[in-house]
Amino acid sequence: MARISLKSLRHAYGPAPKGPQDYALKEINLDWQDGGAYALLGPSGCGKTTLLNIISGLIIPSEGQVLFNDRDVTRASPADRNIAQVFQFPVIYDTMTVRDNLAFPLRNRGVPEDKVARRVAEIAEMLELTPQLGQRAAGLTPDAKQKISMGRGLVRDDVNVVMFDEPLTVIDPHLKWKLRSKLKELHQRVRATMIYVTHDQTEALTFADQVVVMQDGVVVQIGSPVELFERPAHTFVGHFIGSPGMNVIPCEVRDGAAWIGGHRVMAAPGVAAGRAEIGIRPEFVGFGPAGLPARVVRSADIGHSRVVETRLGETKVNAILPEDAAVPEGETHLVFDPAQTRVYRDGWLAAETGAGR
Amino acid sequence: MKTWNNRAWLMVVPVLLLVAFNALVPLMTVVNYSVQETFGDNKFFWAGLRWFEEVLKSPRFHEALGRQLLFTGIILLIEIPLGVAIALAMPRRGPWVSVCLVLMALPLLIPWNVVGAMWNIFALPDIGLLGYGLNWLGFDYNYTQDPVAAWFTMILMDVWHWTSLVVLLAYAGLSSIPDAYYQAARIDGARPWAIFRFIQLPKMKRVLTIAILLRFMDSFMIYTEVSVLTGGGPGNSTTLLSIDLVKYALGQFDLGRAAAMSLIYFVLTLLVSWVFYTVMTRDEPQ
Amino acid sequence: MRWRYLAPTAYILFLMLPIYWLLNMSFKTTNEILGGFSAWPRSFTIDSYVTIFTDPTWYWGYINSIIYVTLNTVISLLVALPAAYAFSRYRFLGDKHLFFWLLSNRMAPPAVFALPFFQLYSAVGLFDTHIAVALAHCIFSIPLAVWILEGFMSGVPKELDETAYVDGYSFPRFFTTIFIPNIKAGIGVTAFFTFMFSWVEMLLAKTLTAVEAKPIAATMTRTASSSGYELGLLAAAGVLTIIPGAIVIWFVRNYIAKGFALGRV
Repeated sequence: MARISLKSLRHAYGPAPKGPQDYALKEINLDWQDGGAYALLGPSGCGKTTLLNIISGLIIPSEGQVLFNDRDVTRASPADRNIAQVFQFPVIYDTMTVRDNLAFPLRNRGVPEDKVARRVAEIAEMLELTPQLGQRAAGLTPDAKQKISMGRGLVRDDVNVVMFDEPLTVIDPHLKWKLRSKLKELHQRVRATMIYVTHDQTEALTFADQVVVMQDGVVVQIGSPVELFERPAHTFVGHFIGSPGMNVIPCEVRDGAAWIGGHRVMAAPGVAAGRAEIGIRPEFVGFGPAGLPARVVRSADIGHSRVVETRLGETKVNAILPEDAAVPEGETHLVFDPAQTRVYRDGWLAAETGAGR
Repeated sequence: MKTWNNRAWLMVVPVLLLVAFNALVPLMTVVNYSVQETFGDNKFFWAGLRWFEEVLKSPRFHEALGRQLLFTGIILLIEIPLGVAIALAMPRRGPWVSVCLVLMALPLLIPWNVVGAMWNIFALPDIGLLGYGLNWLGFDYNYTQDPVAAWFTMILMDVWHWTSLVVLLAYAGLSSIPDAYYQAARIDGARPWAIFRFIQLPKMKRVLTIAILLRFMDSFMIYTEVSVLTGGGPGNSTTLLSIDLVKYALGQFDLGRAAAMSLIYFVLTLLVSWVFYTVMTRDEPQ
Repeated sequence: MRWRYLAPTAYILFLMLPIYWLLNMSFKTTNEILGGFSAWPRSFTIDSYVTIFTDPTWYWGYINSIIYVTLNTVISLLVALPAAYAFSRYRFLGDKHLFFWLLSNRMAPPAVFALPFFQLYSAVGLFDTHIAVALAHCIFSIPLAVWILEGFMSGVPKELDETAYVDGYSFPRFFTTIFIPNIKAGIGVTAFFTFMFSWVEMLLAKTLTAVEAKPIAATMTRTASSSGYELGLLAAAGVLTIIPGAIVIWFVRNYIAKGFALGRV
C-alpha cells in the first residue's frame, strides 16, 4: 500500500510541445491516500489513460514527478513500482491454466511455491474462480478472463496500487453489475489503493470514495460522489454527472447579482460584471405561479420520476418531478431552489448561496 | 452470418471452369498415360498398374525421394527459426520498418531462373564472390564437382531466396499483438524468454502454421532454381523429385513412367501437406 | 543503436550480396569476368545493357513476360472477385469442398503439369501464345486470389450489402460503386501476389512457349548454352528482371503488412 503523489505533472506526446494544445496533461497536482478507492472520470481523450500509464510507469512524463510514499519513481520501471494494471480487454496467457496465470507474477519474483499456492487459492476464492483453476485460460468467457486479469493484479500482497483501465468494456451488460460489486467487495477485503479509470459515471460513482473528474488534460474537481453531485465546481462536472445533467443557463451579472432576462435570480458577491452562467440541477427545478417564465415542451417518464423539458427563452431547462406530480402545460414559471443555484464564470464556480445573500 | 443460397454457384462458375480446365484435363491426361504403354507411332496398350509398380520399386525414385526429403527437412530446420528470429529482432515501429520490409521482400520477386543463374555465377569457384571467398578462406570449394559443395550452395540459395517469406509472415503476426500484452508482461515482471514463450509464440501460431506449410510445399516442388544452379548434378547428387520427373517427362519418351511418377508425386505432396496441416491445426479452439 | 538490430541488418546485407554481384558482373566485359576475380568493374561498360535494349530477341523477352503476367493478373482478379464474394457471403451446396479443392491446386507440383499442359495447349492451338501462359498460371493464381480476397471481404460487414439493397442499389451497381472501394487494399494485395507468382514462375512459361511469346527466361538460357556463357549479358538481363518486382513492391509496401497479417499468402 502506498500514498501516491503527483507533482506538477505535464505530459506531451510529441517531441517539441509549443503550447498548451500540444500537452495531453496540462498540470496535475494530486495526492492519493493509502488504501483509498478512487475513480478517474472523464470523456474520451481527456487524458485519464495517459495519467494512469504515468502512474504505472508505462509512460515517463515530460515534466513533473511521481512519488510513491515520498520515493521518486518517475523513471522507475513498472516492475520496480510494484503496481498492477487491468486493461480494457482481458490480457491473459492463453496457453497457461488459470492457476498458472494467477501464479505467474509471484513465480517471476521467486516466491516459494507453497506461498504461491496459498495466495492463488485465496485470490481464486475471492474471485469465485476456484472451480476453473485447472482449466486452460483460453477457453473461458470474457468476464472470467477479466477476473483472471484482476486476480493477477491482486495476487501480490505487497502491491502498491491496483489500476483499472475501463475494465468492463468487453463485459456483457448483465454481467457488468456483478463484476462492479465484486470489485467493491475486493477493495473492502484487500484494502489496496485502487484507481479506476472510466468514462461511465455510474461505474465511477458506485466504486469510488473519491472521484477525480478530468477534462482536456486538467483535473476539474475532486470529491466524493455526493460532493460532485451536489456541488459541482465546474459546469463540465455538473453536466457530465447526473442524468439528465445540470442545467446551464446563460445569465448576466450586474449590480452584484445574477440576472436572467429581467429577473434577479440570486446574489453574486465578488463576481465581476458581465456574462456568466447559472447552474442548477433538474432535481432542484420546480414549477409555480411566479418565477422565471418558461414554456413546457415535452415530458418523459423515466421510471420513478418524470423529466419535464422546458424552454426558458432559447435555453433548454430540464426539471425532474416525482412521477405522480402534476405536470404543467404550456406557459408556466420556473422556481429554482436557492440553496442549489450557483453562478459559474468561464465554467468555474463563481458564487453560490450560503456565501452571503 | 452467411445465408444459404445455391444460386451463388453462378458466381463461382468462371473460377471453376478455368481451374478445372487447367487442373482436371491435364490430370486426366496424366492418368491416361500412366496406365498405358506405347512403343511409338501413337499406338497405346493397356498396362494396368505396371508403371506405378515400376516407379515405386525403382531405386532411382527412392533416391530422388530421399534427397527431396533431406532437402525439405534441412530447409525447414533453418528457415523457420531464422525467419522468426529476424522478425523478433526487427523494430516494431518506426521509419526503418518499411525500408527493411521492401529490401527483404526483394529476393521473393526475382524470377526463379534468375535466382538460379545469380547463384550459379555467385558461387563459381574462381570468379564468383562466394566461390572465390570460400576458396580464399581455405575451403576446397567447387560446387560443380563436389556433391557436398553443391548441396551447401543449393541450401544456401534457398535460404537466401525464401527465408524472407517466413520473416514477413512472422512479422505480420507479431505486429498484430496489442501493446497491452507487452505492458502486462512488464508489470508481471516477465523476462524476455517468458514473453516469447507465453505471448509471442502462441499469438504467432497461425502465421507460423501457414509459413511452415508453404515452405514445405514449395520446397517439395522446387525445380527451376536448382535446375539452373546445378542441373541436378554433379552426377545426380542434387536431383530432387521435380528435376527427376522433368528429366523423364520432357527428356525421354517414357510417357507412362513419367505419368505414373507424376501422380505418385502429386498424391505424395497432397498427403504430406494434409498430414502437416491436420497436425498443426489440431488444437485450434475454433 | 540497439544490439538486436544487428540481426536484421546482417540479414539484409546477406540478401544484397548476390544482387550486388550480379550488378557488378553486368557492368563488366566478358573478358574481365572470365579473366579473374574483381570486386568492382575495372573497365566499366554498359555494353551488355545496350545489347539488351537494342536487340529485339532480348527486349521482347521482357515485353512478353510482362504481357502474360498482366493478362494473368487481370483474368485472375476478374473471375476471383465474384467467386470470393460468393464464398464470403453465402453458403451453398459443396462450398467447403470446393474451397478446399481450389486450395489444393496450390499444392500441385508444376513439374507434374509440364508435359500435360504442353499437349493440352497444343491441342487447342494455343501453344506459344501469351494467353496460354496466362491461363496456365491460373491454376495457381486463381485459388490464391480467391483465398486472399475472401479474407478481405469477410472483414466488410454484411450490413453494408443489406443497407445498399434497402437503398435500392442493384447488385452490379452495389458491387462496383460501394463494395470494391471498400476492399481496395485487398485487391491491391491480391494483384501484387498474383503478379509476383506469375512473374517468377518459369517452368510452365518456358514449356508453353517457343518463339512468339517467349519469356525472358528462355532467352537467358539460350545465351548460356549457344554463345558459350556471355556472363555479362546474362547478368545484365538478370538485373533487369529484378526491377519490375522492386517497383511493384515499392508501390504496395504499405499494404504488404496488412496482406501478410491476414495470414493468407
